[in-house]
Amino acid sequence: MLNITEKILARASGKSKVSPGDVVFVNVDKVMVHDVSGPGVIAVFEKLRKSGMKIEKLWDPDKVWVAEDHFVPAADKISAQNVVLLTNFTKQFGITKHFKYGMGQYGICHTLSHEEAMVLPGEVYVGGDSHTNTTGALGAFAAGLGHTDVAYVMLNGKIWFKIPETLYFKLNGKLPDYVMAKDFILKIIGDIGTDGAAYNTMQFGGTGISEMSVEERLTLTNMSTEAGAKSGIIEPDQKLRDYLADRGATKYNEVHGDADAQYKKVYEYEASELEPIVAKPFSPENTVVARELSSIDLDKAYIGSCTGAKLEDLRAVAKILKGRTVKIRTEILPAAISIFRKAMDEGLLKIFMDAGVVVGPPTCGACCGAHMGVLAKDEVCISTTNRNFPGRMGHIESKTYLASPLVTAASAVTGKITDPRDLK
Amino acid sequence: MKGSVIKYEQDNIDTDVILPGPYLKIHDYDELAKHAMEGLDKDFHKKVKPGDFIVTGRNFGCGSSREHAPIALSSSGIKAVLALSFARIFYRNAVDGAFLLPIEIDENAYKDISDGDSLEIETAKNEIKNLTKNKTYKIKPFPDLIGKIIAAGGLFNYKP
Repeated sequence: MLNITEKILARASGKSKVSPGDVVFVNVDKVMVHDVSGPGVIAVFEKLRKSGMKIEKLWDPDKVWVAEDHFVPAADKISAQNVVLLTNFTKQFGITKHFKYGMGQYGICHTLSHEEAMVLPGEVYVGGDSHTNTTGALGAFAAGLGHTDVAYVMLNGKIWFKIPETLYFKLNGKLPDYVMAKDFILKIIGDIGTDGAAYNTMQFGGTGISEMSVEERLTLTNMSTEAGAKSGIIEPDQKLRDYLADRGATKYNEVHGDADAQYKKVYEYEASELEPIVAKPFSPENTVVARELSSIDLDKAYIGSCTGAKLEDLRAVAKILKGRTVKIRTEILPAAISIFRKAMDEGLLKIFMDAGVVVGPPTCGACCGAHMGVLAKDEVCISTTNRNFPGRMGHIESKTYLASPLVTAASAVTGKITDPRDLK
Repeated sequence: MKGSVIKYEQDNIDTDVILPGPYLKIHDYDELAKHAMEGLDKDFHKKVKPGDFIVTGRNFGCGSSREHAPIALSSSGIKAVLALSFARIFYRNAVDGAFLLPIEIDENAYKDISDGDSLEIETAKNEIKNLTKNKTYKIKPFPDLIGKIIAAGGLFNYKP
């Protein structure tokens, strides 16, 4: 009677059974840091050394991996120094899986987690970033932690978790044309609120999820974070196995929930009733259907981040931009260089450039207001990213509307928030 | 533990306003303190005094996992945040890093406590005394493991 999350956590804590509310130390399979949380962990190590602790080696350097994504290309001197710190850290501790910006494969950490199959079904994966939840679409338990907790995992290979209750979101039927996973997750967050899944796991299932591609599923688990969830998860199926096999991963121990698995609550959605949705400033729960916002003038469209710049997101954007030109400043930043290359090979980059868009390198960039196109006072942006808190993408008085890649691209064409179904 | 209250009467105060994104590249605790709450209250660093408490609504610390958020508050002198509820990563960062106490209060205490009130927090008794208003409020006890980690002075000092 255990669900997939309980089974993974029971196994990782060496127990035959766990129940929601139990607090257990679980063994971790993989841990990730990037150029913000990595230097944070290094600072924790320094603090521990000052207090007398000797830190000479990590628990298992082969289970630690590192990405450079938030402030690359180096936004300024401090950012450049942080990347140097990270390089020295991986060298010192013998960490070989370090995706260096500008060397082979690189990009946003959560995108690399699936593009490179860094995490496998049934594993416990933690990362120094709140959107670590993304990777739960691979059938793993994936949760974000802070610097102290990640430092603890790197030294001890384990961390405490309260076994979460699971909210089950069942999608019946295939999403209609012009409706994407992003619309579904925004709809959910609008319904349950930004703390509607606090401390819980959000599991997604039903025929609508079976129909959905792995990349689209990743959008759901990615934004489970915005409902406050500890993790998001989807049970493995043949689509996932094929996706992982394409990336060279065939050996892993899948975990599935029992037929009589228990959930705190089940929410059912009919795919045919879903429409393009937009979250207004200043919260992802502030949702309305896109058509209600057709009078909103925009200054900019941003297509990027772990949420909205996967290959299928770019294909969706290209479908809209093909043969059209943009009316507002539009930036497209593919989420990993492997995706950039695939977009090039498929001819998507040509479509983007013909439309007048700027295509940038893979980086978190303006999604977190770091650099690379942040917003000015009073500027209004539509974005495929995940958060629109005050100041998230730049000036505290800028405004961000969150939308799917299709809605964002259609809005780039008209300069106003546009439902792609209404595009002439 | 005695201190005075800085109250933000709102829900969902996220880590992007507690410590805005551009400062994520900073890892110097004193430097982070200068930017605490900058996205919500530009004067915070001028008015905060060592030992102060923040009182606020639901889901405090939601959003990004940045440990910079509890670090910036703690380095500013904040000893505890009293909220109706906390987002999970902020909560565990505050406890595991021993930066400040995340204390869950009820609606009655939330409504009653005013900006500038002097409070005395007695976690052993699970209560807060409002010295300004001469009242006492119950607080939600820390779950078992959390209480032990706090008593140990953070996760690294805790022996399972």
